[in-house]
Amino acid sequence: MLELQHIGYEVDGNKEILHDINLTVNERFVAITGPNGGGKSTLAKVIAGIYTPTSGRILLDGEDITNLSITERAKLGVSYAFQQPVRFKGLRVRDLLSLAAGKDTTVNDACGFLSEVGLCARDYIDREIDASLSGGELKRIEIAMVLARGTKLSIFDEPEAGIDLWSFQNLIRVFESMYEKTRGSILIISHQERILNIADTIVVLRGGRLDKVGPREQILPGVLGSADAGDMACSILTDKLEEGRANG
Amino acid sequence: MDEIQKNLLREVAELDSLPVGAYNIRANGGMAARNTTADIDIVTKTDKPGIDIIIRPGTKKQSVHIPVIISEAGLKEVVYNDFFIGDDCDVVIIAGCGIHNCGGGDSEHDGVHQFFVGKNARVRYIEKHYGEGDGRGKRLMNPTTVVHMEEGSYMEMETTQIAGVDDTLRKTTADLAAGASLVVHEKVMTTGDQNAVSDFTADLNGEGASCNIVSRTVARDNSRQHFISRLNGNAPCSGHTECDSIIMDQAHVLATPQLEANNIDASLIHEAAIGKIAGEQLIKLMTLGLTEQEAEEQIINGFLK
Repeated sequence: MLELQHIGYEVDGNKEILHDINLTVNERFVAITGPNGGGKSTLAKVIAGIYTPTSGRILLDGEDITNLSITERAKLGVSYAFQQPVRFKGLRVRDLLSLAAGKDTTVNDACGFLSEVGLCARDYIDREIDASLSGGELKRIEIAMVLARGTKLSIFDEPEAGIDLWSFQNLIRVFESMYEKTRGSILIISHQERILNIADTIVVLRGGRLDKVGPREQILPGVLGSADAGDMACSILTDKLEEGRANG
Repeated sequence: MDEIQKNLLREVAELDSLPVGAYNIRANGGMAARNTTADIDIVTKTDKPGIDIIIRPGTKKQSVHIPVIISEAGLKEVVYNDFFIGDDCDVVIIAGCGIHNCGGGDSEHDGVHQFFVGKNARVRYIEKHYGEGDGRGKRLMNPTTVVHMEEGSYMEMETTQIAGVDDTLRKTTADLAAGASLVVHEKVMTTGDQNAVSDFTADLNGEGASCNIVSRTVARDNSRQHFISRLNGNAPCSGHTECDSIIMDQAHVLATPQLEANNIDASLIHEAAIGKIAGEQLIKLMTLGLTEQEAEEQIINGFLK
């Protein structure tokens, strides 16, 4: 269970990015949404240890991890899929999956992780994670790495971005099967209605503050009806167009 | 052969015992072992130190090992090795030099290799340089490689210098006839106060000749590196040179690629990039549970793989 107590994060001495965030994550799927610039990615980075909060405490299963490094948190069971995955010259998909799993990955193991994200292990396992991979491929490999880790807390920063050729239904299935295996919590930053639709809890961040927190049934209608649902409305429209094209 | 020599041999040629096929092992300035085959002859030069390696035309799927090891402190030598590779051959040549210096004097091996690659022959040349020993004496290596490529020939060179060589000037020149193709993969890592200069020149003289030089280097501590590449397109040809370096600590890296086109259908490209390890790369690997140092090692190992 993850607990954030009065988390604040300031840069340049006074510019406040996060203000007094109190949040408990205990459910299967928790979605964080809200307008751009609201502090969603910053909050994910504070949880993963990439940023150190300027105030407040972070507890993981009751243990204070506020001052632990990225590495220590990773070892305690925090995984983080970047919004923009990193490229590495010379490191192969197999290498990163092995590092993520903490052991050498066989083609069979890799097949398990990569097929979940719709990639064929044979084609990808020896590919370098460099500029030869498309943004969408990188994004799926990033998700596969979190699957390979199988930790109790997994954070995904806009996992849907760039994977439009693959269906959302598959992405949702990935999250569901991941939960079956880890029984941990999955924290997803997203604007996508279909991802918000599977959340047990929805958190709305706005201007660095917790605007709303609650069960999906209670929060989602308000989010969809609000002015900052722009991104979502667009994605609903694109999805409809895609479906239309597919059917028609 | 003692343990130190055996270890050097393992490092430069990945040999635990005598290799299969033709070989010539040079240890502390003299011949330690030699084997020739029906298709590959090795002859000691009479006018200067070194050997001629003569590979009969049409020889396929055979290899030659010619490692050099120096474990005597203060030994300096210049060795001339000439390779005559007959037409239509398909062979692998494994060279390498290992120096163990635990004395006060400098040890130095300067190998001058000339390759005469026959028509339509294919050669894969692998060379590894390695130094060890904690003496004050330096370990110096200055390899010169001259490649003459006849029509339709293909040569792939893989050169590696990862550890322990204090000072190196690597000079490679090549001339390519019509349809010849040269591929070079160079890997260098320098540490401490080491200095490495890599100087390539390729003359693309025949129609359809092609050359691809790829250098990946890591410069750490106070080390210095200079990468020079010159491609001269004298015919309708294609050439590409790429230097990619990771710079760390207080190191210094200089890349000076040069292209010269003397024919309207010469197509030449150079790419050079120098930069430190991206913070994002370190963070990504740390989120997988690696420490910062482990992450750095993984990134460098991958880069130089």
